[in-house]
Amino acid sequence: MTGKMKSLLALGAVALTTAALAWAGAEAQPKAGGAPVPVITKAAKGEHCVEDTAYMRRNHMKLLLVHRDRTVLQGIRTPKHSLKGCIDCHASEATGSVASAKEDFCVSCHSYAAVKIDCFDCHSTKPQRTTAMNPSHPHAASVSANVEEMAGVSR
Amino acid sequence: MASITFREVEGSSLKYWLLFGALGLFVLFGALAWNTMHHHGHVITGMDNQIVWGLPHVFAVFLIVAASGALNVASIASVFNKPMYKPLAPLSAILSLALLAGGLLVLVLDLGRSDRLIVAMTNFNLKSMFTWNVFLYSGFFALVGIYLWTMLDRSVKSWTKTAGTAAFLWRLILTTGTGSLFGFLISRELYGTGLLAPMFIIMSFAYGLAIYLMVLAAAYAWTGRPLGDAVMLRLKTLLAVFVAAVLYFVAVHHLTNLYFTKAHAVEAFILRDGGAITSLFWIGQILIGCVIPLVILLTALGRQRAWLMIACALVILGGIAQMYVTIIGAQAYPLDMFPGFKASSSFFDGEVHPYTPSTPELFLGLGGVAVALLMTTFAVKVLRLLPVSLDDATVAKLDQH
Amino acid sequence: MNELNTMTEQAPHSPERRRFVGAAAAVAGLAVVPGVMLYEVADARPEDQPASSAVRWGMLVDATRCASGCSDCVTACSTENGWTPVAQSEHPRQAPQWIRKLQLEDPLTQAQINLPMLCQHCAEPPCVDVCPTGASFKRADGIVLVNRHTCIGCRYCMMACPYKARSLVHEPLNDTQKPDVPRGMGCVEACTFCVQKIDRGDGTTACAEACAAAGHNAILFGDLNDPESEISKRLRELPTKQVRADLKLNLGVRYHGI
Repeated sequence: MTGKMKSLLALGAVALTTAALAWAGAEAQPKAGGAPVPVITKAAKGEHCVEDTAYMRRNHMKLLLVHRDRTVLQGIRTPKHSLKGCIDCHASEATGSVASAKEDFCVSCHSYAAVKIDCFDCHSTKPQRTTAMNPSHPHAASVSANVEEMAGVSR
Repeated sequence: MASITFREVEGSSLKYWLLFGALGLFVLFGALAWNTMHHHGHVITGMDNQIVWGLPHVFAVFLIVAASGALNVASIASVFNKPMYKPLAPLSAILSLALLAGGLLVLVLDLGRSDRLIVAMTNFNLKSMFTWNVFLYSGFFALVGIYLWTMLDRSVKSWTKTAGTAAFLWRLILTTGTGSLFGFLISRELYGTGLLAPMFIIMSFAYGLAIYLMVLAAAYAWTGRPLGDAVMLRLKTLLAVFVAAVLYFVAVHHLTNLYFTKAHAVEAFILRDGGAITSLFWIGQILIGCVIPLVILLTALGRQRAWLMIACALVILGGIAQMYVTIIGAQAYPLDMFPGFKASSSFFDGEVHPYTPSTPELFLGLGGVAVALLMTTFAVKVLRLLPVSLDDATVAKLDQH
Repeated sequence: MNELNTMTEQAPHSPERRRFVGAAAAVAGLAVVPGVMLYEVADARPEDQPASSAVRWGMLVDATRCASGCSDCVTACSTENGWTPVAQSEHPRQAPQWIRKLQLEDPLTQAQINLPMLCQHCAEPPCVDVCPTGASFKRADGIVLVNRHTCIGCRYCMMACPYKARSLVHEPLNDTQKPDVPRGMGCVEACTFCVQKIDRGDGTTACAEACAAAGHNAILFGDLNDPESEISKRLRELPTKQVRADLKLNLGVRYHGI
C-alpha cells in the first residue's frame, strides 16, 4: 500500500469514527425511541424522604454501603436509614415493589445510569406486611403513639 | 549456558494452530459452563449441601498442586546448582505459572458469587488459610515471574539463583498452605491432620514432574527439535522417587487411621465399602497412579520414550483420582456428631452422600486445564523458553562445566 | 412533676386544669413507658445501639421432651425466615435447611432419641476461622451470622462446620425473601437465632415459640450471661451436654437428654 493510500485510509477511519460517535452522542438526549428516562415515581407514603432529595441523589449509595455494615456486624438498626424503610415508602403502587418493573423506583434510575446493583439478589423488593414491633407485645400499642418518631420505621 | 541456544517455537504450522484451536475450544466450553452455573446457580451442578466441593475443586486443587511441583526442575537447576537442568528451567517456570492460573481460574469461577472476586481480594480474615492462599498465590505469580525474567534477560542473569531460591521456598509454603486447607479442618475425620501438608508437597513433586515431562516431550516432538535420553532418564528416576514417596504417605495415613478404632468406619468406607470412591482409591490412586508407573519407571520399560509418557499419563490420572478421593471421599462420609449412635434426618445425617459430577462441572474443570495448556502453547511461541536442541551431546557438554 | 404536687394541695377548680393534669400525666407516662418496657424486656436494647457482649444468646434443648414425628420447630423456622421446607423442594439434596430433626438410635438397645439440630452458635466457631472474607462472623452478643454482603460463596465454612449447620442457596430466590430476612443465591446461610426477632425485642426464636405453643417446651432460648434468666436457671437444674463436646467449641446450644 502506498503512503498516500495509507493516509487516506487513516483519514477515512478517523472521519467515520467521529461521525459514529457524534451520532451515538446525539442519541443520548432523552427523546422518544431513546433510552427510557428514569421515572421518579412519587413515594406512596410519607410527606418527605428522611433526607432531602439532593443529598439522597449524591449519597444514598454511601448511606447504604456504610450503614449496612453497622447493621449486620453490630446490630445497629437505625430506623431512619433502614433499607426496609426506604422500600416501605418508595415501593411503587402498581407493582408493590421497588425493583420488579422497569419504572420502579430503584430500577428505573439504575438501568438508565447503567449501574448494576445486586441488593435485590438478597433483599426483598417489597415492603413488609407485619408491624415492626411484635403486635402481641403488651406495650406495642402505647409505644406506637408517636407518629413522628415512627416516620422512618416501616410498618 | 553459552552452548545452549533458546529459540521461540515458530508456531505457524497447521498443527500448531489446530492445537491452539482445540485448546481454545475447551476454554470456550469452560467459559460457557461458568456462565450457565453463574446464571442458574449451583442447582444445575451435582454439588449440594452434602458434597459442597465437587469436580471443579478436584481439577482446581490438582492443577494448583501440580503447578508448584512443575517448578521443581527449575529449582533443581537454580537452587541446587545442577547445570544439566538449567536449559529445562524456563519451561518449568512458565508451566508452573500456567498451571496455577488454570487452577485458580476454575476455583474462582466455581464460587457461589464469582462476581465478588474483588471482595475476596480486599476483605481478609487473617485466620483463614484461604486468605493466606490468596497472598501465597499472588506472591507466587510475582516471584516466578521475576525468576523467569532473570532466566530470559541476560542483564539480570546473576539474580537467577536468588530469585529461584525465593520461588522455591515460597512454593513450599504455598503447597503447605494448600494441604493445610484440608489439614486445618477438625470437623471431618479424614482431614484435621498435619500429615496433609507434607503429603501435598510430595504429591506436587510427582504430578508437577509428570506434567512437565509430558509437555517437554510433546513440545520437542511436535516442533521437530531433538530431545535426548540423557535428560529424560534423569527425570524418569526422579519421578519414580516422587511416586514412591506419595505411596508412602498414603500408606502411613491409612495405616495410622486403621490403628484407631474410632476411624475404622471411615476407613472401611474408603478402602472397602465406598463403591465408586473405593474403586477410585484402589484402582485409580494406587494401581494406576502409583504401582503401574513405578513398575514402568523402575524397569527397562521406562527407558523407552513411549512407555515413559504412559507412566506420566498414569501418574496424572492417578493424581486426579487421589484428589477426588481426598476431596469428595471425605465429604461423602457423614459427620459423626453422636458417636455410637445411628443418626438419620431430613438433612441426610448418618448416611453416605452420593455425588454425580455434572456436565458444567466437568467442562469447567477441563476449561482450566485447557487454559493452562493454551498459555504454555502461546508462551513458547512468543518467548525464548525452549532450547533449540536438547540432544545428548549438547547436554553432556553442560555436565562438564 | 411539680404541677401535679401543686394541684393536689389546692383542689382543682376548673375543667381546664383537670384536662391539663390528665395530659401532663399522660405525657409523663408515655415518656416513662419505653423505659418501663425496657426494664421488663431486659434484653431488648434500643435499636440504634450495637449488640453488646454483656448478653450471650443461647439455647437449651431438652431432648427428653422432644416429640418424635413433630417438626413444628422446623416449620416455624422456615416460615419466619422464608426458606422452603425440604419436603416442598424440587431439589431436596440442594435445599437449605436451617434446622432439622435428628433421630438417633442406640444400636444396642434400639432406644430412640429425637432432637432438633441447628447452628450451635459456638463461642469458637470453626466457620468464622476459615472464612476468607470474614463474612462468617460472630456478633458481640454471641450470634454467629453470615454477612451476605461479603460472602463469596466459597463454601469453606460448610466444609469446616462440625454440625453440618450451613447451607448454600443453590437457586435464584426470585424475590420470595422475607423483608426481614435477606438471603440470596450463591451465599451460604444458617440459623441466625432469629436475629431479626431478637433485635426488635421479642427475646425468643421462632422455633422456641413454636415448641412452646405445641406444649412440648423442649426448646428454651435466652441470655446465658444473665443468671436470673429462665435458661440460666434451667441450666443450673438440668445436666446438659454439648454436641461434639470434645472439640471444645463452647457452644451456645446445650442439650439435655443426649
